[in-house]
Amino acid sequence: MAWTNIILQGALLGGLYALFAAGLSLMFGVMRLVNIAHGDLIVLAAYCALMVVQATGVHPLLSLVAVVPLMFALGYALQRGLLNFTLGHEILPPLLVTFGLSVIIQNALLEGFSADSRRLQAGALETASLRLGDQLAIGWLPAIVFLAAAVIIALLEVLLYRTPLGRAFRATSDDADTAQLYGVGIRHVFALATALALAVASVAGVLLAIRTNFDPSIGPARLLYAFEAVIIGGLGSLWGTLAGGVILGVAQSVGGALDPGWDILAGHLAFLLVLVIRPRGLFPKLVD
Amino acid sequence: MSLLETSGLAAFYGDFQALYGVDLHIEEGEAVAIIGANGAGKSTLLRAIAGQLRAPAEHVRFAGMPIGSLAPSRIVRLGVALVPEGRRLFSSLTVEENLQLGGQCGRRGPWTLDRIYRLFPMLAGRRRRPSTALSGGEQQMVAIGRALMANPRLLLCDEISLGLAPIVIRDIYAALPGIRAEGTTVLIVEQDTSRALGMADRVYCLQEGRVTLEGAPAELSRERIRLAYFGV
Repeated sequence: MAWTNIILQGALLGGLYALFAAGLSLMFGVMRLVNIAHGDLIVLAAYCALMVVQATGVHPLLSLVAVVPLMFALGYALQRGLLNFTLGHEILPPLLVTFGLSVIIQNALLEGFSADSRRLQAGALETASLRLGDQLAIGWLPAIVFLAAAVIIALLEVLLYRTPLGRAFRATSDDADTAQLYGVGIRHVFALATALALAVASVAGVLLAIRTNFDPSIGPARLLYAFEAVIIGGLGSLWGTLAGGVILGVAQSVGGALDPGWDILAGHLAFLLVLVIRPRGLFPKLVD
Repeated sequence: MSLLETSGLAAFYGDFQALYGVDLHIEEGEAVAIIGANGAGKSTLLRAIAGQLRAPAEHVRFAGMPIGSLAPSRIVRLGVALVPEGRRLFSSLTVEENLQLGGQCGRRGPWTLDRIYRLFPMLAGRRRRPSTALSGGEQQMVAIGRALMANPRLLLCDEISLGLAPIVIRDIYAALPGIRAEGTTVLIVEQDTSRALGMADRVYCLQEGRVTLEGAPAELSRERIRLAYFGV
């Protein structure tokens, strides 16, 4: 029973990793842009939520009403005003620029909020749980995180495969030059992809900040988990990313149960194992 | 006023000049073919008109408006759609999604999914298939359909017979009268000279980036065409 519990908690944690990863995956999928600052943008969203909560006293989940549109707008502006200029035939410029962005965000947050670790207080939600058996219970918060991940991924799938914008995303991903011939303004489409990615990242950031302490330096590790979830799941597959997050979460949870110092290591080992067995991930969709 | 007019159109790939001052005009409702050998600049000319290669604005006029410097996504909204060389279908989209994407630029007109499927009945049964699963001829039909979905006033077709069997080429060219019947003006780049002479009201011959011959097919002797084509 103890192991069932450990695996279940790990799986629910995987939802959070999938949320970290979904935006990263979307940006890479649409414009082959690897956003090194993705983790720091998640943390930035957490601080935005902190400011909203401090200013208004609302429940942290309610702060999403302000933070999601804010990050959406920031994403659009960031892509239109900066990242679009880094895209071309070279792969290095976007990496360098987003790496620089990562450094800037971390230091700006450090300047503005100090290195103290913070937390979003969610009241009773933090400890409320649903009892499933004698020794098995799941917290409402982890359950909500997982559900949010599943719902957001389902919505992204609908967007990608059932709407004109999704068609434009996929066509641009296939062949941006030709997409432009049929009226797709790729600078706008790229900006919308980043806006959506940051909107999802802001949900991830707020849920992260309710779940654990955060400070300005934790972004890069979130980026790493996001990468691992994407790679385990296979590039281009959002449901694969959720599966990747779950595998990562379970590995960390099991590792942590064996020895409290092993959780992160176990996650990385699981990632390496998948790379050895299935170098293209479990459910790859992208061909190149 | 001509529907399309290029004056002194020059085009470059980096330092390499591909077009040297091309002057041509196309009237509304005409079908015009551009012939010429490999590397004569035919595809470059279409790419420059569609906006994939930028030129000074005044070098290309569409319905009187200077469009040489506009982005392709703007030009298609004005009513110029290109069927690119090599078809360039979107590989992760189905046949129908490829067609729908063509219609996304928001121009209204006679062409809808239903009309495309009536023009190319073979595609109707394959609408849910990935575009890559089709034969070359069917893919070419999708590429033409995708451009028509933009309801263009001017349809640019780049080597639509390339790599296809003669019987398939005949099927594809059989669709052109239906397209023209909707009032769409057609500019076709074609390597196959007799095919071009058979369908066009007027022909331009390009050689090394310059127009070497222009006229109605009936006025042009084989000898003049050969001379304009090869320059010898």
